[in-house]
Amino acid sequence: MDFLRPASWEEALAAKAEHPTAVPIAGGTDVMVEINFDHRRPEYLMDLNRIGELSEWQVGPDAVRLGASVPYSAVMEHLRAELPGLALASHTVASPQIRNRGGVGGNLGTASPAGDAHPALLAAGAEVEAASVRGTRMIPIDDFYTGVKRNALAPDELIRAVHIKKADGPQQYSKVGTRNAMVIAVCAFGLALHPETRTVRTGIGSAAPTPVRAREAEEFLNAALEEGGFWESGKIITPSVAKQFAQLAAGACNPIDDVRGTAAYRRHAVGIMARRTLGWTWEQYRGAGRTLEGAA
Amino acid sequence: MALHPRAASVPAGTPTKITQGSQTRGGIGESTLRPDGTLKVTGEFAYSSDMWHEDMLWGHTLRSTVAHAEIRSIDIGEALATPGVYAVLTYDDLPAEMKNYGLEIQDTPVLAHGKVRHHGEPVALVAADHPETARRAAAKIRIDYAELPLVTDEESATAPDAILVHEGRTDHHIGHVPHPNIVHRQPIVRGDADAAAARADVIVTGDYVFGMQDQAFLGPESGLAVPSEDGGVELYVATQWLHSDLRQIAPVLGLPEDKVRMTLSGVGGAFGGREDLSMQIHACLLALRTGKPVKMVYNRFESFFGHVHRHPAKLHYEHGATKDGKLTHMKCRIVLDGGAYASASPAVVGNASSLAVGPYVVEDVDIEAIALYSNNPPCGAMRGFGAVQACFAYEAQMDKLAAALDMDPVELRQLNAMEQGTLLPTGQPVDSPAPVAELLRRVKARPLPPEQQWLSADAEGSSVDVRALPGGLSNTTHGEGVVRGVGYAVGLKNVGFSEGFDDYSTARVRMEVINGEPVATVHTAMAEVGQGGVTVHAQIARTELGVNQVTIHPADTQVGSAGSTSASRQTYVTGGAVKNSCEAVREQVLEIGRRKFGTYHPAWATAELLLEGGKVVTDGGEVLAPLADVLEGEAVDVELEWRHRPTEAFDLRTGQGNGHVQYSFAAHRAVVEVDTELGLVKVIELACAQDVGKALNPLSVVGQIQGGTTQGLGVAVMEEIIVDPKTAKVRNPSFTDYLIPTILDTPTIPVDVLELADDHAPYGLRGIGEAPTLSSTPAVLAAIRNATGLELNRTPVRPEHITGT
Repeated sequence: MDFLRPASWEEALAAKAEHPTAVPIAGGTDVMVEINFDHRRPEYLMDLNRIGELSEWQVGPDAVRLGASVPYSAVMEHLRAELPGLALASHTVASPQIRNRGGVGGNLGTASPAGDAHPALLAAGAEVEAASVRGTRMIPIDDFYTGVKRNALAPDELIRAVHIKKADGPQQYSKVGTRNAMVIAVCAFGLALHPETRTVRTGIGSAAPTPVRAREAEEFLNAALEEGGFWESGKIITPSVAKQFAQLAAGACNPIDDVRGTAAYRRHAVGIMARRTLGWTWEQYRGAGRTLEGAA
Repeated sequence: MALHPRAASVPAGTPTKITQGSQTRGGIGESTLRPDGTLKVTGEFAYSSDMWHEDMLWGHTLRSTVAHAEIRSIDIGEALATPGVYAVLTYDDLPAEMKNYGLEIQDTPVLAHGKVRHHGEPVALVAADHPETARRAAAKIRIDYAELPLVTDEESATAPDAILVHEGRTDHHIGHVPHPNIVHRQPIVRGDADAAAARADVIVTGDYVFGMQDQAFLGPESGLAVPSEDGGVELYVATQWLHSDLRQIAPVLGLPEDKVRMTLSGVGGAFGGREDLSMQIHACLLALRTGKPVKMVYNRFESFFGHVHRHPAKLHYEHGATKDGKLTHMKCRIVLDGGAYASASPAVVGNASSLAVGPYVVEDVDIEAIALYSNNPPCGAMRGFGAVQACFAYEAQMDKLAAALDMDPVELRQLNAMEQGTLLPTGQPVDSPAPVAELLRRVKARPLPPEQQWLSADAEGSSVDVRALPGGLSNTTHGEGVVRGVGYAVGLKNVGFSEGFDDYSTARVRMEVINGEPVATVHTAMAEVGQGGVTVHAQIARTELGVNQVTIHPADTQVGSAGSTSASRQTYVTGGAVKNSCEAVREQVLEIGRRKFGTYHPAWATAELLLEGGKVVTDGGEVLAPLADVLEGEAVDVELEWRHRPTEAFDLRTGQGNGHVQYSFAAHRAVVEVDTELGLVKVIELACAQDVGKALNPLSVVGQIQGGTTQGLGVAVMEEIIVDPKTAKVRNPSFTDYLIPTILDTPTIPVDVLELADDHAPYGLRGIGEAPTLSSTPAVLAAIRNATGLELNRTPVRPEHITGT
C-alpha cells in the first residue's frame, strides 16, 4: 500500500487523477476500521490532513461552506445556529474522540446508508462540491447517493466541501440505536422546516439502500400546511395530518432485516420519529419550543 | 539466558510495592488504594498485549469459516513460502501424544483434526516477523471443507438421527446422560412436587430464554512465549488461573510441568472468559518450533472467537402457592447450550440445578438441568455461572405468581425468603446468615428517584435534558411515549468451587528487615484480573503482621496454585491462604523474639502477643520489641496450602449432597423509563443491597457491586452474541454490534452493604463479585414489564419485543 501525502489541494487532485483507486483519508474513522477488519486493502491511501483548508468553514449569506474534514465536534460547537439539524446529528456520532476526528466529507465519501449526517443534509438541502483536475462541480445532495455505499463521485474526484443551506426555520434530528450513546443507527430521521419557501424537507437514514427523502410525506405535508394556512396561523398541526405524515414517512422506507433490527421495526420507528420531529419543529416554529440541554 | 520481556512501563515480573503512611495502617476494613489503579486510569498500565521481546515473532491463528465440517485437506505450501514466515503448524505438527485440552473434559483439539465443530475453531498457526505478514500468510492456507449437518438446539441435538458432535465419548459423564449430545445432566429431586402441586391454589408456568452474553473484557487475549535453553518455555500471559493453564499446556507440549514457567502479565478483565485456554499453547508451540520468542494478540474480532461465552438457556418453570402466598412446589427444566466443547458446562449445570429455586424455601422440588453439545460457539464460565440464567427465570416467576395472587411482589418474596437454617433442594443447610428478606426491605425502602428528571424549569421556560431519557443523545423523545416502571429481584449465588472439588490456595509469605524496616512479601499465583486481590492481600498482611510495607510478588508458577480467579472465591480462598501463612509467619517471628529477648521480659512467655505498628506488643498494649530488632539477621519464609471446608458431589439421580461452600445474596430495585412507542429503555436507577460478610476493602466492594450490576444490566437490554440458526455462525463479532453499556446507559447505583459475618470464612467475609450480576437482570426486566404490561420472557429485551414489530 502506498501512502500519498499531498501538500496542497492541487497536488491532491493531481494525485487522484494519476491514481483513481486512491482512497482519501482524513479523520480515518471509517477507512481505518475497514482496513483493520481487512475489508479493503486500497492500493493507495491519500492523506488529506496536510490540506488545512479542508478543516475550515465559511458562513455565507445563504449557506455554510463546510470543508470536507471539519470535525463533527466543530459543527456542534460553532454551527448550531446555522446548521441545527447537522449539529444534532453530530451529537449522535460515536464518541467524543471520534467526533473530534470524523467529518461530513468522510460520511459522504463512504455513503453508507447508516451515516449519521445524511438525513440532516437531505432535510436542510445541500450541495457537494466535488473537484478534479478537470474542474469543480456542485452535486445536489438529492443526486449524490446512488446505491449502497456508492455515490456520484467520478473516480478522479475528491470532495472539497459541502454547501449546506443555513437554517431558515427549526430543524430536528432523531436516531434510534439500541444503546443510549455511541451506537450505529438502526434508523434515523431528519426534518427541517423551511418557512421561507413554505416547505418541509426530510431525510431518512438506515432504512433503505441509500439515505432518502420521504418525498410523498413531504408533498402531503406541504399541501396540508398550505391549504390549512398553518404557516400563517402557526396553529397546532391537526393530529390526523401528523399521523398521515408519519405513515407516509414510514412508507418511504425500504429497509432490511439485519443484526441491528428488523425491517418492520425500522418502518415503525421512522414513523414515530417523523411524527415527533414534526411536533418539535412545529412547536418551535410557533414560538413555544423548549430548548434542549445536552442535545445541541 | 532469555531476556525478560519489556513493556511500556511496569513489565511483567516487576514486584508491586505498596506502602502506606505511618498514620494509616492500611489493614483490612480500610479502603486502601489499589496499586494498579492510577496506572490503569492514566493509560500507563502494561497489559499482556504491551509486551515486547527482542527478535520476537508474531503468531496468528487461522480459524474455521464454517461451523461444522470435515476437513478434507489443508494446503500450507503457499503460506510457508511467504517471505517473513518462520513456521506454519497444523494438527500434524503437534509434538506429543496428548493433542487435546479442556478444563474438566479434554475434548478440545489444540488444532482441528479432521473436523471443525464450531465457527472460528483454530485450524492452523503461523509465525512471522510481522503480524500483518502472519495474517496474510494465514489467508493463503487452503482448507477443503465438506460441510456437515448442524446441531444447533435441543431438538437437533437429541433427534433420533442426530449427528454426534463428539463421537466415542469416554468422559465420566457419558454414563449418566440420556444422549451423547448432552454433556451433563443433573436432576435435583426433593419431596414430592406432584403431590404438593395438588395443594396449590395458584400455579404459574413460564418459558424463558436467556441470550448468549459475552464477557467483553477490554484487554484481548494475548501473551508472549519465550523458549528457554533447557528446552522449556517461559510463558507470560493474561489468564485467570496459572496452574490450571499449566496442567493443560505441558502435556500437549510434551514437557514436564517444571519446564513450562508461567508468569501472569497485565490482565484487562476476565469475567470467566480467561478460564479456558486461548493462545497459550499456540504461542508455546510456535516458540518451541522456531526457537524464537512469539507474541500473540487477538484483535477484537478474533477475541469473540477466542473465548467461551455465557451459556444461552431455555428454561421452563412451574411454581405453585397457597392463596396466602406460601410456595407449595417448584418444577423446572433448564437447557443450557454448551456449544462445541465442554469447557465448564458440567459445573454450570451443577450450579443452575442446585440454585434453580433461588433464595426461597420450597420443600417439594423437581429440577432438571442439562447442557448440550452443539455446533454453536463454545460456552463456559461467566460471572454468575449458571445461577444467572436460573435467577432470570425464577424471579420472573415470582412476579407472575404475585400477580396471580394479587400480592405485592416484594412481600411474596419476603414471605418465602430463605433464612439461616433453610435447606437447599440439595438437602444442604444454609449455615450462615441469609438476610434475603432484609435485603429486599432495604432496596424497597429507598425513596424513588424523582419523576420526569429530564425536565427542568428555568427563567426562559422549561427545558429537556435528553440524556435522562430513553435514546439519550440520539434525541428520540422529549417525554413522548415514556412510561416509568419499577421492578425487584433477589438472587442466590454459591461462592467457591463446589461439588467436592479440592478448592485450595497457596500463599508464600516472607518477613524480613530491609533498610531497618520490617517488610512482608506476599507471593501467590493468584491472577489479578482487576478484582483487587493484590490490594486485599497487602491489607491482610498488614493486619496480621503489623507492618506498613508489603511487597506483592508477581504471580507465577514458582509458587503453588492459588486456584481460579472466579466463583467469587479469591478473597475467601487466597485471602484465607495469605492470612493462614501470615499466622504461621507470626508464630515463627514470636519464636525468634522469645529466643532473642525472652529473658528480658516475662510477658514473652506469659502474654498473648501481637504484631502491631512494626512492634511486638502484648494484648495489653505493652511494647516488647521492635520487629526490626527481632528480625535482625533473620528472615521467616512460609509457603502453605489452605483449604475451606470440603464439599460433596451431588447425587447423580437425586441431586442431594452438601455441594456448596458458601452463599452470597444480593437484591436489586430497578427504576426504568421506557419509550413504549420506540421500545427504547433508560435505566435510571439500580439500587442494590448485598450482604458481604465483612468488607475487607469497602471501596472495592462497592466497585464490584456496581460493576456486576452493570454487567447484569447489559444482558437485560443490549448484550447478545447473535448466532445464525441456519449456519451456526456468529453475526456480530465486534463492538460495533455487540453493545455493552456506556456511561449514559449506566444508572445511578446506590449500594447498601450489609456485613453479617459467616463464621466459617476468614474474617467472616463472603465472596461478592457475582451476586449482583444475578439479580440486576431480572430486576430490569421486571421494571420494563411493569412499565409496558408485556410478558417479555426473553433477555436481552430488544425494541422489537416492546413494540411488537
